[in-house]
Formats: sequence, C-alpha cells, structure tokens
Amino acid sequence: MTTTPSSAAGEPVVDSALAADHGLTGEEFGGLCDLLGRSPTWTELGIASALYSEHCSYKSSKIHLRRFPTRSRRVVHGPGENAGVVDIGHGWVAAFKMESHNHPSFIEPYQGAATGVGGILRDVFTMGARPIACLDSLRFGEIDGERGARMRHLVDGVVRGIGDYGNCVGIPTVGGETGFHPSYNGNILVNAFALGVCREDRIFTATASGAGNPILYAGSRTGRDGIHGATMASEAFDAESEAKRPTVQVGDPFTEKVLLEASLEAMRSGVVLGVQDMGAAGLTSSCFEMAARGGAGVDIDLDLVPLREASLTPYEIMLSESQERMVFVTQRGQEEAVVEILSRWGLEASKIGRVTDSGRARLTFRGRTVADMPVEPLVDGAPVYDRPAAPPADLRERQRAVDCEAPEDPLRALRSLLGTPELGDKTWIHRQYDSTVRSNTIIGPGSDAAVLRLKGTPSALALTSDVNPSYCWLEPRMGGRQAVAEAVRNLATVGAEPVGMTNCLNFGSPENPGIAWQLRECIEGMAEACRAFDVPVISGNVSLYNETEGEAVHPTPTVAIVGVIDRLRDLGTEGDLHLVLGCGFWRPGDRIVLLGSDSGEYGGSAYQRLLQRVEAGRPPAVDLEAEAALCGLLRQSRRAGWLSGCHDLADGGLLVALAECAMARGIGLRGAVGCGPLALFSEGQARAIVTVPGSRTEDLLAAAEAGGVPASEIGDVGGDRLVLDFDGGTVDSAVDDLRRIWTEALPRAVG
Amino acid sequence: MKCGIVVFPGSNCDHDVYHVLSHVLEQETRFLWHQETSLEGCELVVLPGGFSYGDYLRAGSMAAHSPIMAAVRRHAEAGGRVLGICNGFQMLLETGLLPGAMRRNRDLRFLSVDVHLRVERDDLTWCSSYRRGDVLRMPIAHAEGNYVDTGEALDELERRGQVVFRYVDAAGRREPAANLNGSERAIAGICNAGGNVLGLMPHPERCAEEMLGNRDGLGLLAGAVAGGGRVGVLAAAGG
Repeated sequence: MTTTPSSAAGEPVVDSALAADHGLTGEEFGGLCDLLGRSPTWTELGIASALYSEHCSYKSSKIHLRRFPTRSRRVVHGPGENAGVVDIGHGWVAAFKMESHNHPSFIEPYQGAATGVGGILRDVFTMGARPIACLDSLRFGEIDGERGARMRHLVDGVVRGIGDYGNCVGIPTVGGETGFHPSYNGNILVNAFALGVCREDRIFTATASGAGNPILYAGSRTGRDGIHGATMASEAFDAESEAKRPTVQVGDPFTEKVLLEASLEAMRSGVVLGVQDMGAAGLTSSCFEMAARGGAGVDIDLDLVPLREASLTPYEIMLSESQERMVFVTQRGQEEAVVEILSRWGLEASKIGRVTDSGRARLTFRGRTVADMPVEPLVDGAPVYDRPAAPPADLRERQRAVDCEAPEDPLRALRSLLGTPELGDKTWIHRQYDSTVRSNTIIGPGSDAAVLRLKGTPSALALTSDVNPSYCWLEPRMGGRQAVAEAVRNLATVGAEPVGMTNCLNFGSPENPGIAWQLRECIEGMAEACRAFDVPVISGNVSLYNETEGEAVHPTPTVAIVGVIDRLRDLGTEGDLHLVLGCGFWRPGDRIVLLGSDSGEYGGSAYQRLLQRVEAGRPPAVDLEAEAALCGLLRQSRRAGWLSGCHDLADGGLLVALAECAMARGIGLRGAVGCGPLALFSEGQARAIVTVPGSRTEDLLAAAEAGGVPASEIGDVGGDRLVLDFDGGTVDSAVDDLRRIWTEALPRAVG
Repeated sequence: MKCGIVVFPGSNCDHDVYHVLSHVLEQETRFLWHQETSLEGCELVVLPGGFSYGDYLRAGSMAAHSPIMAAVRRHAEAGGRVLGICNGFQMLLETGLLPGAMRRNRDLRFLSVDVHLRVERDDLTWCSSYRRGDVLRMPIAHAEGNYVDTGEALDELERRGQVVFRYVDAAGRREPAANLNGSERAIAGICNAGGNVLGLMPHPERCAEEMLGNRDGLGLLAGAVAGGGRVGVLAAAGG
C-alpha cells in the first residue's frame, strides 16, 4: 500500500501543542516531521511518543550505559535483547534480566507489581529459556504510625501482587531484598528479576526477518488498559497522579502460564524465527523493535488484531499495554503449525501482517493507511541526550563527617536494630511467595545468595540482588561500586563465580543536573567494579522520574548477579549442602573466623541511620582489590569443602551478622573480638564470617595468609546464647530473645 | 509401575512429580493431557499441584470437569491408585472422589513454608515407608488449604480412619500454631474409604532428594508405586 497516511474523521489535529502533551519536545516533534516529510497522523504521534519516551528510548541514560563492560567469554547475548544470555557450562545457557514497575505499583500496587513479574517472565521465555527463579528488590517509605497507613497498603498490595502472579505461573521467588526509607514515601520501587535456562542451541531472539514471513499475534486480546503506560513511567508524579490509575495494566497469570508453555512448545517446533512479547508500549515497541533488529519492515493490518471491544482506534491498539500478548514471526506457510500449538493451550492466535524489506512500518485499518514510518531511525535514531550533570548543591553538607557515638550498651543497640523493619526478618514477605516449586531450591530466601541446582548437571546457579541507597545518596560512585561488590561477595559466600549482571537503575528526573550526576556517578562506580571482577552487564533497565513534586528517591541502582558453582559436590556432602551453603550456625563446635579488616565505617550505616537518626558523611570505602582477594579466598575455601557456613558482613556490621547466624537455627556462639563497642556496628566492606570444623582452621588461615586476607579466629559455635567479649565489655543474650525481636519486627510494622 | 501425571492448563508441579517418579524412583512415567479420555494403562494417576485454569472459580473446580477426569473417576472407582497433591487434592474434593472442601487459608494469605505432618495410617500402601506416628517435614505452598466439612462428616472420616496426615509441631503434637492454614482437625491429607485415592496439601515431590535437604517426601511417592497391586489398603482399616 502506498497511500499517504491520513487522520480519520474525529481524530485530533496533530500540532506541536498536541505533541507537547505527548511528552515530545519541540525539537523532537520537528525531527519527527522531518523524518516523515510531513506532519504525523494521530496514530503516528502516539507511536513516536512511546518510542521516544525515556522508558523505551533510554535517551537520558544511553550515553552513560556505554560505560558498562558487556562482553566476556561467556556472554552469548548482551544488552539489546529481551534478556541477556550467558553460557553456564554443560551445554546450558542462562537468560536473565531485571526490570522496574515502580510507577504503576505506586498507583495500583497489586496489579502494578503483578504485571511487573509477568513482564519480566515474558522477557525471559521469549528467549526460549524456561524461567526457573525470580528475585524482587523492593523499596518502600516509612510504614510506621498514621503517616505510614498508605505505605502499609502498598507493601501489602505489592507483596500479594508478586506472590499471586509468580505462584500461579509456578516460578519460585528465591530471594531479593526489601528496604524502607523516607525517600520512597512518594515513589516506591518494585524491581523484578527473572532467570531462565535452556540448552545453548535453543536460544531465540526477537528478530523479524525474511520478507513475506507471517507475523502472528498470540495471547490475550487487546483492550484499553495500560495505554501510555510507558509515557507515564517517564514522568514524575504530581497531585494528579491518582488519575493515572487507568494506565495501569491488569495481569492474568493463568494466561501467562499457558502462554509460557505454548511459546516454549512453539519454539521447539522448528518453524518459529523470532519472538517478542508486548511489554511497554505494546504492539508499537514489539513491531518496531523486531523489525529494527532484523533490518526489516513490517506491514500490519490492525483489523486483524484480536480486540476486547470493537471500538478501539488504531491509536489505542498500537499503545495498549494489555498483558500476556506475544508476537511470533514464523517461516512462510508454517504459521498454521504455531496456531495449532497455541490453540491446543487454549490461546488465540491470528496472523496480523508480514515482514517486508521496506524498512518501514506500515499500518492499515479499515482500508486506510494510518501510519507509514521508517523503522530504524525511530528505534535506533531516537534522541540521545547528554543532560547537564553537576553535584547536588547540598553534597558537601551530606558528606560532612559526623561523629558517631559509641553505644553505652551494644546489646541494646543490637536489639533496636533487629527490631526495625529494615533489619528485621523478612519471612512475613517470603512465606507469601512459593520458593520451592520446580524442586531446585537448595537455598531460598533470607540468605546471602539463593542456590538452585541445575538438574542433569553437577552444577548449580547462585543469585542475589543488592544495593545500598544511602551509600549511593552520600557518594554515588562509591555506592555503585559497593552494590556490585556486595553482590559478588554474596555469590562468593556460596562459592559461586559471577558470570553476568543485570541491573535496574532507579533515579529521579534526569533533567535535574544533580540527578543526572548521580546517575552518571553510580554507573561509573558500578562499571569500575564490573571491570575489576570481570563481570559483564548483559541486560538492564533504567527507571527515571521516580520523584514527586520535586522530591526524588535516593539513587537506587539495583544490581542482580548470577553465579555458577561448577561442582556442588566439592562444597559438601549431598545431605549437608542445604546447611553448609546457608548462613546460619548449625554445628556446635565449629570455629568462627572473621575475614577482612575494618577501618570504622559509619557513613550511611544502619547504626547511624536507624539509631543516631543521621545520614551523613562518606559511605564505606570499597577497596576492589581487597574485595577480590576476599572473594577469591571464599571460593577457594568452598571448593576445598572447608566451610560449614559463611555470611558476609553488610547492613549493621559484625554484631548483626553474628546474630543473624545464631538466629537462623537458634544456635549461639561464644567468642571475643579486639574492637570497641562502636566498631561492632561498623560497615567496613570486604568482610565475611565463616565457620569451619576445627580440623580445617589451619588450612583456612594458611590460605587467607597466602591470599593476603586478614583472618582472625573469634570463637566457637554452640549453646543457646550469643556471648561476645569486646574491648570494654561483653554482649550476652539468649538467642531466642533476639530471635523473637527480629521475627516480630516486620509483622508488627505492617500491622 | 506405569505412572501418569495429568497436565491441566495451569499445572505447575507436573515436572517436579515427573522428575521424582521417573528419575529418582525410575518408574515408567508419562504426562496425560487433560483433554485425553484414556489413562493409557497407567496404574498410578497423579493430579499435580498448580493453578488449573487459573483457579479463578474455586481451586480445582474447573479441572474437575475436564475430559480426563471421567477416566480418572473410573480408575478410582475400580480401585486404581490416584494421588492428588495440593491443587490435585482440591480437584479430588471437587469431583467428590474425596469428601470435604477447601476454604482460603485462615489468615487469607498464600503460605509457602515447611510444615510437620504426623502419619496417621501405616496400613496403606501409600504409607508403607512410614510408621504410624512418624513426623515428616514437607513444604506447603497454597492459598486454599483450609480443609472443612460438617462435624458429622468429619466424625465419619475419623471413624473410618481416612485421615492420613495431620499438621503437628516438630514433636508430633497437635497445636493450633502448627495448623497454619486452619484446617478442621488439623487435616493435611485424607484417603477414600477404599484407601486407593489419596489427597494431601503438602508437596512430597519437593522433598524427595537429599540434595534439597529433605527426603521425607520420597517415602510417600515410593509407597505410591510400591507393590504393583491395585488396592491401596494393606490391611483392613478400622470401620
């Protein structure tokens, strides 16, 4: 069809004011007109505004994302596909990605979080990989008292939404993190991660190629939900945001589950060439992105798109974010085979168009061309901004060193910390998520890293997600570095070698130079650490405009890293693996060894924030060499089978970490450290506590010395009390007593 | 033994049961599609966990009307072995092959946690690896596992010895705190009068291998394929 596209009767006249309403700047609108050689139609304006949105185009972050290393000998597909793919050995590959669903979750927590899980699962199975695990990284505001009422509702809705969706699809949620901080009062963060695996020769990509090949639409019908969701996710909130509830999509996990099974079966049939889900910006982004990857064009007949109601306009069809929809490109003449598989699973499938070699997306509706746009310039040529960046005016004030007072009674301080929702036990959340379905979970939620066996191989995968937003707020570069270092360390505690990273960069408005600077600095710090640990970034997501009336969230670059344990049997006997890979004490008599050294770090620490009610100074320094040495030692000790347990020191420091080890199974310790009471709460990095049978202590200490890692024996596992002598006193408490405070903290707070 | 696992749209524990029956217990195992009308000669039929048809009505109620369920019913009525796990148990209640019904969990939340079960019968082939009074640890993962029936029906169930597993604490005591979903009489699993149909909410297939830290469930699946006979009851049950 060669007719020039035209607007239909009743459609608005497209001008720069209407374009501005769609979030396009004057310059972007001018560029669009130049590209088309005319004014866009109403439908074309909608399409361009979605493709140019921050959410789809990464226009403010692209320039910084280039800093990430993206290659290694294991990387099969780096950023740019639905999910990144790495080689995990034995003929298997892992596909994974993390994505935000912040804006919708704040407006409608249950559906917002649920569809976040749905979207990330589709990203993974469109690669041909079967999802085997999810993680969720959540940040909420204050949940206490009257002010926290709405936040408690959000916590409840988000947790139910994640649970109901993942549980129904049957993918275990094996970990994640949940934090609380006033900076999230106006914008919560919901970052969902999914991991899938498949045989290395079974990977698919989202590519449309081969002129004449049919394009199939599969799954749910298209409705009016989620229209302009991507645009909403590219704006700050204001008093009117409640009115955006209709832009939140509604999820149906059952359809997702059958779509998953049907898609994997269709991909095994041999006639599918490319697959793409319809996520943000729906049919628009799936058609344009698939065509762009294949250097092709597409002709789509919008009359053939299955609709929930006949009255949808082309504009609405192209921008709907109805969930559980997919696009398949098949070999010509083979589409019936795919339709048959889908219909066996009770899914509708219809041919809506074909691949062309025109390089253009041409859309027709009721005999009329409604859009005719060049694909590549709109996708790859979307605007890229190098936004002005400068340190925030109050940075010096934030980083001003403050004196941290030593606790008069460290036990009381410990009890206070364990009783906060921040450091309290998260079982109230985890037990609403199925963590054992698929029967691979050796270590589930609540540990440093989750561990999943890989059936049919001698190996296992480990996964973790981390970030400390306070550190990032105080010194973004150090905070970025720390997030990666902590994730790598968490994997090392179970002996896993990191093989790839994904991330979700949650920030305020990049149009604010202070925020643009935070973004750049965090990325720089993360990239430094990735290079130091040789961890490629294989996928990721950027969520900007997380702010309300000028108040931005703390910079929160969530990091998720996947690691490989080559031979599980090296780490312990089969029956002991679930004990030795966890971080709790379980065998009385084991020696406790503290690895790493401390220089007294309190800036942004849990002790400073939660007890001294200050957030100031410099965050803990991250010495990448010391981290690498510690992680190397941990992996070596794991492979040698020396360790009966390991826990890294993180939020709260040494005393909190020891308490966590003790509370896990109610088994205590008796020990002594040479530091004063304040240092018990220092968050100095590159540290871990390990337990070893007495017979292995010498081996471990010798290896530590050879590796340049400071090591000191600090006590023995046993009894039902936590007893720790420090310089100036003794902490002595029944473990059960601590455990009660710790387990009651979150249920009490969410009421 | 020839084992069949019924796959409904929304089943999500089908692969896990397959793994244990086929790879751990080395039985001849196949999947049976919900639209089939024959069990293809399978002696043990497993209705696996999941969210069949999304469970948007009552859990298991749609699946109870699947074409294959007529064959499952005939198999059960002829004394053949039928095991329903979690959503499969809910289906057995919905078909009437087992008595009672499920309500939402007591606190109205999904529960994913390890529980302790007391074995109440050891004269069933299902339980031939256990002794009466044994305390097993198994994971549960459900939102509707709060078993209910009328008082009379529950009395009848008890009298006939059809309660096979009960939620207890680690020491084997019936405590309200150990009955997390709020089931009447702490019922976790029941069988029919013939003993050949068993339904339970916990997931034995998720705790059948040493590597996962718990093998307490292996005995139940081993019992399910033990003997090779058709009748579930080893010795006459009381009543």
